[in-house]
Amino acid sequence: MKEFLGFVKKEFIHIFRDSRTLVVLFGLPVAQILIFGFVIQNEIQDVRIAIHDKSKDPVTFDITNKLLSSGFFRLEKYLTSEKETETIFKTGRVREVIVFDDDFAETLKREGTAGIQLLADASDPNSARMIVSYTQAIIATYLKELNRDHQLPLIIEPRVRMMYNADLKSAFMFVPGTMALVLTLVSAMMTCITIVREKETGTMEALLVSPLRPVQIIAGKVTPYILLSCINAVVILILGYFIFQLPIRGSLLLLFGETILFISLALSLGIMISTMSKTQVVAMFFSAFVLLLPTLLLSGFIFPIENMPKVLQWLCYAMPPKYFITILRSVMLKGTGIAEVWRETLVLTGMLVFFISVSAVRFKVRLQ
Amino acid sequence: MNQRKTIISVNNLVKKFGGFVANDNLTFDVHEGEIFGFLGANGAGKTTAIRILCGLSYPTSGKILVSGFDVYTQREEIKRNIGYMSQKFSLYEDLNIRENIRFYGGIYGMSSSAIRRKTDELIEELDLSDIAGTLIRDIPLGWRQKVAFSVAVFHEPKIVFLDEPTGGVDPLTRRQFWEHIYRAAARGITVFITTHYMDEAEYCERVSIMAEGRIEALDSPENLKNNYGVKTMDEVFLKIARK
Amino acid sequence: MRTILYIIQKEFKQVFRNKTMLPMIFVLPFVQLLILVNAATMDMKNIDMIVVDMDLSTSSRSLIEKFSHSPFFTLLKTTFSVDEAENRMLENETDMILVIPAGFEHELYGQGATSLQIQVDAINGMTAGLINGYATQIINGYTLELLSETGRNALINLIPKNITVNHSFWYNSELEFKHYMVPGILTILLTIIGMFLASLNLVREKEMGTIEQINVTPIRKYQFIIGKLVPFWIIAMFELAFGLGIGKLLFNIPVEGSLLLLFAYAALYLVAVLGMGLLISTLSQTQQQAQFLNFFVLVTFVMMSGIFTPAESMPHWAQDLNTINPLAYFMRVIRMILLKGSEFRDVAGDFLAIAIMAVVLTALATWRYRKIA
Repeated sequence: MKEFLGFVKKEFIHIFRDSRTLVVLFGLPVAQILIFGFVIQNEIQDVRIAIHDKSKDPVTFDITNKLLSSGFFRLEKYLTSEKETETIFKTGRVREVIVFDDDFAETLKREGTAGIQLLADASDPNSARMIVSYTQAIIATYLKELNRDHQLPLIIEPRVRMMYNADLKSAFMFVPGTMALVLTLVSAMMTCITIVREKETGTMEALLVSPLRPVQIIAGKVTPYILLSCINAVVILILGYFIFQLPIRGSLLLLFGETILFISLALSLGIMISTMSKTQVVAMFFSAFVLLLPTLLLSGFIFPIENMPKVLQWLCYAMPPKYFITILRSVMLKGTGIAEVWRETLVLTGMLVFFISVSAVRFKVRLQ
Repeated sequence: MNQRKTIISVNNLVKKFGGFVANDNLTFDVHEGEIFGFLGANGAGKTTAIRILCGLSYPTSGKILVSGFDVYTQREEIKRNIGYMSQKFSLYEDLNIRENIRFYGGIYGMSSSAIRRKTDELIEELDLSDIAGTLIRDIPLGWRQKVAFSVAVFHEPKIVFLDEPTGGVDPLTRRQFWEHIYRAAARGITVFITTHYMDEAEYCERVSIMAEGRIEALDSPENLKNNYGVKTMDEVFLKIARK
Repeated sequence: MRTILYIIQKEFKQVFRNKTMLPMIFVLPFVQLLILVNAATMDMKNIDMIVVDMDLSTSSRSLIEKFSHSPFFTLLKTTFSVDEAENRMLENETDMILVIPAGFEHELYGQGATSLQIQVDAINGMTAGLINGYATQIINGYTLELLSETGRNALINLIPKNITVNHSFWYNSELEFKHYMVPGILTILLTIIGMFLASLNLVREKEMGTIEQINVTPIRKYQFIIGKLVPFWIIAMFELAFGLGIGKLLFNIPVEGSLLLLFAYAALYLVAVLGMGLLISTLSQTQQQAQFLNFFVLVTFVMMSGIFTPAESMPHWAQDLNTINPLAYFMRVIRMILLKGSEFRDVAGDFLAIAIMAVVLTALATWRYRKIA
């Protein structure tokens, strides 16, 4: 036990003496949270548009005003010909061109109807869709005002309640995801690399002949990262709470319990990868492709799993972060207890056992 | 002896790492074509000095000329005239012998045909034809060191610096290694070698013995033994170390 | 020049000799491309919903039918208990709850106006917005249908003014999200390969000690950096070509613009990215440090580049930061050239910017690379 503690101490010294790694280790979560919270906006705002107003009358000015004062759009340019649309789209300066028909006000008065064309740059299809529907909504509101005195005789008014996240803040979505991402990176990648590093530089052999048992060596390598990961998790929660007003509605104890479960899982995954890699480069590429991208894309972090093709949905079920993110969202944001997340917890525990057993087997094989 | 040309001249070399003085006022000359031994216990400052002479590290102060060039301002000129074999094994493990030679020959600017010709000669001379295509990681340490040495002198430098070149190999292999050193010296290459094997010191023309960053003695092995009134270099070393 | 060739030759030998790395470089990225492009989709197809119908009238039933016939919604169950439905939402089993209150039909025909409740799981604000949009659309459609059925649609004509809004989606009329994601994911893969390989390679030489042997040779710093840059540049260019081929064959991405222009841009972009990787490696002592810096830089740059969300809707400080983010440029340019057919004059500014970055980053890497400690 004394040797073991000495060994752990040595590992701590290694990490704390390496200021560059430390900066990244703690800078990473903070930067990620801020980026996701502030930078990743799904809301439409300040979208640059161009207007081709063939009529230039009070009504088109009115509508233009409504559009521009909405805060969603910013006028980049008035176009004077159809041809300009193509050119301005190709430079990527605007994402939508609004075309008012000739004699707009006149026609509207005389015939009761007038036309507007919305041309959207759909090379980014999602934003195109959103931009068009925002524009339509603004025009519809304008129209409603215009027809104030006339109402449809049958109205069903949907009263929408946005549950758990009334303001539709993106932080609600990203903070749990970032937590999963950071913990995966710090725990799995860093442990994996530390262990492979000892293998590559040959110091692992020296450790293996020491009185320390292999389990102790691995445990010793891993312990500092458990601590670092826990600190990171707390930092993320604090940032989420104070900067993004992210509530913690469920039990804090349960939250920590699940976090520690996930950290252990990530560490065991890191150990497993390390038993499969000979060099650090291999370990890193493995981490990048097996940990980073799937955590971003196959965990429901950014893209909802239920929209994916069936095969990929099955693949998602094999991704530990998926379960952790679900648990985090449920416990933090919905305030659920273990009764609602026991299945996810069970799956994570099962994975933990699996990774540890595989590592143990592979480690033994290597020793023989 | 004295009429031989000086090829390395070191005057008052000091190297400090923070408060720690690794090289304390070293002054010595190395003559052209000699085998100069740089002896000392681990941590005596040998590697620090050799790295400065090779232009891998800045001295804190002192005037140092290697092959007539100043280590402060003419490092790249120095590098054209030296070869270096470091203590840390430095061939590419995932390349074979030929490929390693070719690579280093190439970055010294040798022509492709010269590299090929000399490689063949060398492989013949070292009797390596069986393993010329084997990756370095798969050949024994003793062989690797011979290859590393050959790589260090492949471009026919004026001086070759060898930092603990024979660490960890058996006496027989060391003996063979020294034959290669002699052969290089016979071609006129000055050999600057650090070691802590005292039997190897006997092979040098002159040795300097370092302790705690200072040069405690510098002379031919013969004179040193006479001066200290002992029979072997081992005893010389122990006497100096106990001082 | 010959010196550089020797380094390049050596690097290639090492890369191709490493049996574990080869699949990592040449197979894994494309598997990733296949998977991730399919994973990254915003098309809502399976919105699970629970209906609490307390009215049990003809109207409520036909409205529910509208939902269950919609391709977007999957009706999990109908129940009478709001509590039960909400519990299902807590357990993440349903995305939306539709509550039709008692008296729904009565109010609708009696007073001409009624209401119902929609509860959306809004933790993912983006999908919540979409769900809301789809639901409202169905309800509005239903109202219009009712109007025409009940013969009251003549009333619509009473509305004096109408503006018809037509829209057309340029460059991607089907709104095929994959066309947008293929270039994005490809950019990430390309960047990972190039930047990681280059930076890890150099740090590895430091860690293994082989760099010492190079540092005692008269090699020039720029020769060394170029020698380290070119092999991975070639590999990454190859990956781009291969990835585009896959994108064309499997995802049928449009190639509207000039491929030559795209490759010219990629050539500069990769120099910048590799320069950055090498700079990182000159700043690191160990592969671990380098890798962590790589990840940090990569994740930050990727997220800010506008791969998932349009860069314009980012706050201004973030957009300012993007002026030094090579990924943001490439992400935009590859999409412009492929999807819109933008020409050189449309992206001239981006060319200038990336060229400056390429020069500055490689110069910095060269400057930071020390042959002496």
